[in-house]
This record gives sequence, C-alpha cells and structure tokens, in this order.
Amino acid sequence: MEERPFSDISYEQYLREGKLMGSRCRKCGALFVPPRSICIACYSSDMEWVEMKGKGRLHAFTCITVAPPFMMEQGYDRKHPYCSGVVDLEEGVKVDARIDGVDATKPEDITIGMPLQVKFLHWGEGESQQTYLAFQPV
Amino acid sequence: MQRKRKLGRGVAVVGAGMSKFGMFRDKDSKDLFAEAFREMLESVDKGFDPNDIDALYLGNFTNDFFIHQAHWGPIISDLIGLAPKPATRTEGACASSALAFREGVFAIASGFYDIVLVGGVEEMSKRTTEEVAEGLALAEVPYEARVGFTFPGVFGALATAYFKKYGANREHLMNVTIKSHSNAPLNPKAQFPFSIKDMMNMKVEGAKKKGKPVPSWDDEKGFLRDPGANPVVAWPMHLYDCCPISDGGACMLLVGEEIAKNFSDDPLYIVGIGQGSGKGLHAAADLTTMEATKNAADEAYGMSGLKPEDIQFSEVHDCFSIAELIHIEDLGFFKPGQGYKAVEEGLTRRDGPMPINTSGGLKCKGHPVGATGIGQLFEVWKQLRGEAGERQVPKKDLRIGAAHNLGGTGGTCTFTILERR
Ligand SMILES: [Zn+2]
Repeated sequence: MEERPFSDISYEQYLREGKLMGSRCRKCGALFVPPRSICIACYSSDMEWVEMKGKGRLHAFTCITVAPPFMMEQGYDRKHPYCSGVVDLEEGVKVDARIDGVDATKPEDITIGMPLQVKFLHWGEGESQQTYLAFQPV
Repeated sequence: MQRKRKLGRGVAVVGAGMSKFGMFRDKDSKDLFAEAFREMLESVDKGFDPNDIDALYLGNFTNDFFIHQAHWGPIISDLIGLAPKPATRTEGACASSALAFREGVFAIASGFYDIVLVGGVEEMSKRTTEEVAEGLALAEVPYEARVGFTFPGVFGALATAYFKKYGANREHLMNVTIKSHSNAPLNPKAQFPFSIKDMMNMKVEGAKKKGKPVPSWDDEKGFLRDPGANPVVAWPMHLYDCCPISDGGACMLLVGEEIAKNFSDDPLYIVGIGQGSGKGLHAAADLTTMEATKNAADEAYGMSGLKPEDIQFSEVHDCFSIAELIHIEDLGFFKPGQGYKAVEEGLTRRDGPMPINTSGGLKCKGHPVGATGIGQLFEVWKQLRGEAGERQVPKKDLRIGAAHNLGGTGGTCTFTILERR
C-alpha cells in the first residue's frame, strides 16, 4: 500500500476514492479510524494503513431538522431532516457518519443495533467535490 | 491514581455580578459586561478600589464569528479602566469563563497576583438560528461537524444511547425541562422566567388575541408532546430540550484567602477545582458518560476531600435536557442509569434532597456561552450567601455548593466546589 501521511487529509482523500481507511500501530496493534500518526496506546509512530470492510451496526443517531448552512445547501431543512449517527464497525472501532437510506421524518423506525453497510456520498463537482462518509441499512 | 491536587495558596471569591441574560437588540458585549461589573462592585461587602485589580481573565467563545470581533481581553480591560494591566482571553467553547475562573485562581494561588477579576461575555442573538448552529458547531470534534452533526444533534445521539442502555424515554427528558422551568420564575435574571404552565397560558392568550384556534393540553407533558408547541430540533431533542440563544455577561472578584475578610464579611472559598478534556463521539467508549466531567470531578473531589454526597446543591451544564441526566450521574450525585429516576422522583427539585439548577439552568436562565461558567458560579454565590431570594434552597446550614460547566460536545468540562465558612 502506498505511503500517505496518516492524516485527516489522507482520510478524506481515501473517502473520495471510495475507501474507509484507518491506521494500525505496527508495534501494539491498536486500530484508529480516522487515522492517527501517533499511537496513543504505546506512543509508537510506526503505523500502517488498513481498509475497513465497511460493515457495522448503528450505535446512536439523531434526525436533524435545524440544519447548518452547508447541509441546507444540500437540500435539508425543517421539512427535510437528515440522519447522522455513530456506527460500530466490525473491526471494533466507531465512526461518525451520515445515515442514508432511512426516513429521517420517522426516527421511531430507526433502530439502534441495525446492520449497516458503508456508502460514500459525493456532493458537488470537480475540484470542490466533497465526499461524506455514510452508512445505509443492509 | 492521581496525585492529590492542591492550591499553593488559598483563594476566595469576594464579589460577583451577572447581567440579565436574554436576547438584546440594543445591548452589545461591552454593555452586558458593564452591567455585570457594576453589580460585582456593589456586592463587595466592605467596598474596594477597582484600581487595585491586578489582572483580568475573560472567557469568550465565538464573538469572532457572531459579531466579527475577536481579542476581547483588552476591549473589556479598557471598558473597566484596567488597561494597561494584563488582560487574557480564555477559550474553551461553552466552558470559556470557567477556564477564566481557573486561570484567575491559579494566578493568585501561585502568589503572582492578589486581586484578580474573572469574567465572561457572549453576544449571540444577532444571528439566525441556523447561523448560531454553525457557530457553535465550530467547537465540535471535526468528524462530527463534517457528517452534519449540530450541537443538538450530538446530544440527540447521546440521548438515543442513554435510552437504549437504561430504558429511559422522552417523557423522562420532559421531567428535566418541567423541573428547570419550575425554578425559572423565581430568577429575575432568567431569559425565560416562566413555568411550563405559564408558557401554555401565553400560547392560549396569543392564539385568542390573533383570533386563531385556541390550543388546549391536558397537562405540561401534553404540551411538550405537541409538535406544534414543541417541534423537533434534532430528534429526540425538541425545542424544550434545548437551551436558548442568549446574550449576557458575568464576573467575579477573586483574592488571596488571607486578605478575603478585608473585602467581604462572607467570602466563599475555592475548596475544589477540576477540569478534563474529551475525545468526541467516535472515540468515546460509552456515550452515556463523559470522561472530561469525570476527570474534572476527580480533581475537584480529590483536592477538597469531599464526596458527592457532601455537595448540597449544584448547577450543572444542561445545554440539553439529556446532558443534565448524564452530568448528575458522572458527578456522582446519582448512580449510572439512576439520574432519570431521580428527576422523576423529584429528588433534584429546589426543595428536594439534591437541588439541581436552582437558577432555572441554561434552559431557562439562558446560555450566553462565554458567560455561562461564571454565571453558574454566580448562582452558587447567591445561594451560599443566602441571597437567592424566593429561589433560596430551603436547607439549613447551606455551606457547600458546586458548578459543572461543559464546552463543546464534552471536549472541555470543569467542576468547581465553593465553601462558605
Ligand atoms: Zn501502539
């Protein structure tokens, strides 16, 4: 695997390429998603990239009605809420993600523990294209 | 095991002031701080010369964003005639002024200064709700904001985790809101000095005046269940689970313990002071607890030698209703998973065994973020000195009170214990 710095910038680059990547400490095996360049378990800087399988379960979530401006640009508002959540990955770590493919107007129907599959949401075009980590029900 | 914390020199609070909190089109940050400063001057029992103040520590979070002006230390220093003495701004999101308080305490404890003014100010109401949400999200963990989490959104997610783990539900959050609103009418400085019943009557009167259909609800919970009256913000956080957008200022005068009686007949002593930091949603082992609060509590309890059951009342950072439940458990007032039951049983009412947020809390008193930390300590000052008027905690021998302040989504937490001797 190519050597990119273990940084948020690299993490975002990988998301644009459709990969959910973390860093693993070669010394003690600790796994970090998003990546860390310094292992906070043993303070080694000897890290390697690992790709997540993209499978997980919903740990916690919210359905947001009062959206920040960048989400309003994407069409979300008080009538069109969206869901954001925390996902337990199969690899044993958690990530923050958009939760897609659920009805955010019916939060009662969204259940903690439901199995999820990774999805990459792209917004905009060219240089300014943004990619958001998302998960959807299997 | 942490080394026992202690101050190199005792520090006391000898004066305190707070502006009214609210949304003020016609007042700016300087006006709000001046209001707090004037009250602080009057509160020093034996009087003092403001020229004797050695330094200012001032908390402010997002005036840079909200009103496009940063660097508030010297602006406020000049306002109160302190310049050219040192003025330092502290930023810890919604815990900014609790950090100013700590810096002031440490400056005196080190022996460098004797008399320090600590304060906070924030001016938020000149922006739209969406813009305020964007401004506050500056204090989130970057990965949270990136995927659309707002402040209410993060606490909404914490609520779903708490519900799942302990079997609580929205009705339990309503108990927190109803309790806070029952204290608020007794606080003349509160942004919303109204009970939920008052709010219901206001809605009915408003509808009558406008000739609209008059709504009716069976009781307070009926009102809070009505999406027309209490719309969702970030499920399960609804409007009445969230603190308002506020403007306000607050300050306190700190002095070395050995000179406290030169200023005040009834100084309060800082017996416990703690702080912690947190990692954010994705890195937290358990979303129903905050490690930053626990670290702050360990430091403060460790320093004071006190236990949670020794604290007679406390202000806690109820930016959202669920936050109050999490904090009263993390601070040890109630066991994990028992907070919602304690509130349901009325244990946290003003006349209960463990009064929480007698001021009405952030929910009703208001939350001008940079002023909140010292605003909470102002309530402890009033209560311990027996000056809280109608909302005075009805306990005999009130001696020990505390305040818990939180910044961001749990990134910075503080816990401060004050004692009246
Ligand atoms: Zn390691």
